[in-house]
Amino acid sequence: MADAEFAVIGGGLVGLAIAWGLASRGRQVTVFDEGDRAFRASRGNFGLVWVQSKGVAMPNYARWSRLSARLWPDFRDELTAATGIDLQLSQPGGLQIYLDEVEAEAGVAQLTKLRAALDGDYPFEVLGHNAVKALVPEIGPDVVGATYGPEDGHVNPLYLLRALTAATKNAGVTLLNGAPVERIEHDRDGFTLHRAGGAYKADRLVLCAGLSNARLAPMVGLHAPVKPNRGQVLITERVRPFLKYPTGHARQVGEGALQLGDSKEDVGFDDGTRGAVAAAIARRATRTFPLLRSVRVVRSWGALRVMSPDGHPIYDKSLSCPGASLVTCHSGVTLAAAHAKVLAGWICGAEAPDYMEDFGAERFALQKAG
Amino acid sequence: MPSASHFKRLDNAAGQEIAMTYDGAPLPARSGDTVAAAMLAAGHLVGRRTAVSGAPRGPFCMMGACFECLVEIDGEPNRQACMTLAADGMAVRPMIGARPLDEKDAT
Repeated sequence: MADAEFAVIGGGLVGLAIAWGLASRGRQVTVFDEGDRAFRASRGNFGLVWVQSKGVAMPNYARWSRLSARLWPDFRDELTAATGIDLQLSQPGGLQIYLDEVEAEAGVAQLTKLRAALDGDYPFEVLGHNAVKALVPEIGPDVVGATYGPEDGHVNPLYLLRALTAATKNAGVTLLNGAPVERIEHDRDGFTLHRAGGAYKADRLVLCAGLSNARLAPMVGLHAPVKPNRGQVLITERVRPFLKYPTGHARQVGEGALQLGDSKEDVGFDDGTRGAVAAAIARRATRTFPLLRSVRVVRSWGALRVMSPDGHPIYDKSLSCPGASLVTCHSGVTLAAAHAKVLAGWICGAEAPDYMEDFGAERFALQKAG
Repeated sequence: MPSASHFKRLDNAAGQEIAMTYDGAPLPARSGDTVAAAMLAAGHLVGRRTAVSGAPRGPFCMMGACFECLVEIDGEPNRQACMTLAADGMAVRPMIGARPLDEKDAT
């Protein structure tokens, strides 16, 4: 007899959003999580609920991100009602701020291409220096302009993780942490998960294990060619609120600190920090907002994004091991609402947007063959 | 107003007297004191109000770890009082809420 109907492997934002969606549909769920030494993108990320510029090479990814951004207020209400935790969600629109003409032209070109690919249904505005200054008077003279995405926003990702943990537990989900799943077997009775502490049986399986999906997916006939990409983050001391709009490189959190980031490094499984990268992040922030020049940085860390070869999510169902699904992406915050409210239903067999099949891993095999 | 101090200087605590101020009023200090030690000796147990809730906080760990002793020193916000030596002429002020942003930097 199975210990659980659904085993979800991964207790980060992706796994818990799926677990919450399954539990909300009356399913019995056990979440398996690693210990404190695991690479945890969910504890190191930037907290943007971001639409702008996503999906240039795959317009359905843009549609999916926009759907999630629209579902976010309902999702927030559900979690706050279940836990009393204020997620600090704010969706006033977001700015991608440009410091020279070359990056401005590239940014505008991307959004223009996206708008064409989506038959004109893709809102954004191109702002010159003065228009940006009207929104954020604190910008410096180096700012040449910005693009404004009205659907962008931000949230406190740590409160989100805490709320999802509390909400799923309240909903009857079992959370087993402290040890990675080493091995998965499949037979006609379902799935058997082996980890320190014993073997567990489940009728169905959802892989939401971030970078570990690459190792686990082949055990159940799935393919998850994900690799780490490091981002560094700087946190400043708390200052008076001035930045209402989240930007691609900086946002002011609810308590007043500035969170600065958006570096990208391919350094394997090294989640440390590098001074030169931190300096570049700080330099961009002080050129954008000169009033930050005297503000102290109080924390800094590195975290690993979970990147597929094309940067888009992989959602797949196993043909050889029916009942096994794969959910992996690098935008666990933005997509949390869609994962809970739509993708969990698709995993249960419900209707989902017809473009869901675009997210299967076979696209990588086709690319290789081509 | 300072409350009665829980702290007493040892009789053998030497050091020259230093003239400095806390919130505009004279703060008796000796050379070798940290700003936090001088504050506590004078009964200033609360040196700041937190940025989020305004709760009172004061010097606690005295070794640079807890960041509860933040004060404004000579116009510079959020300095660690326990990691700063008292000096003649120093002007210390309590840190009330989030630090302001330096408008002279905003060009």
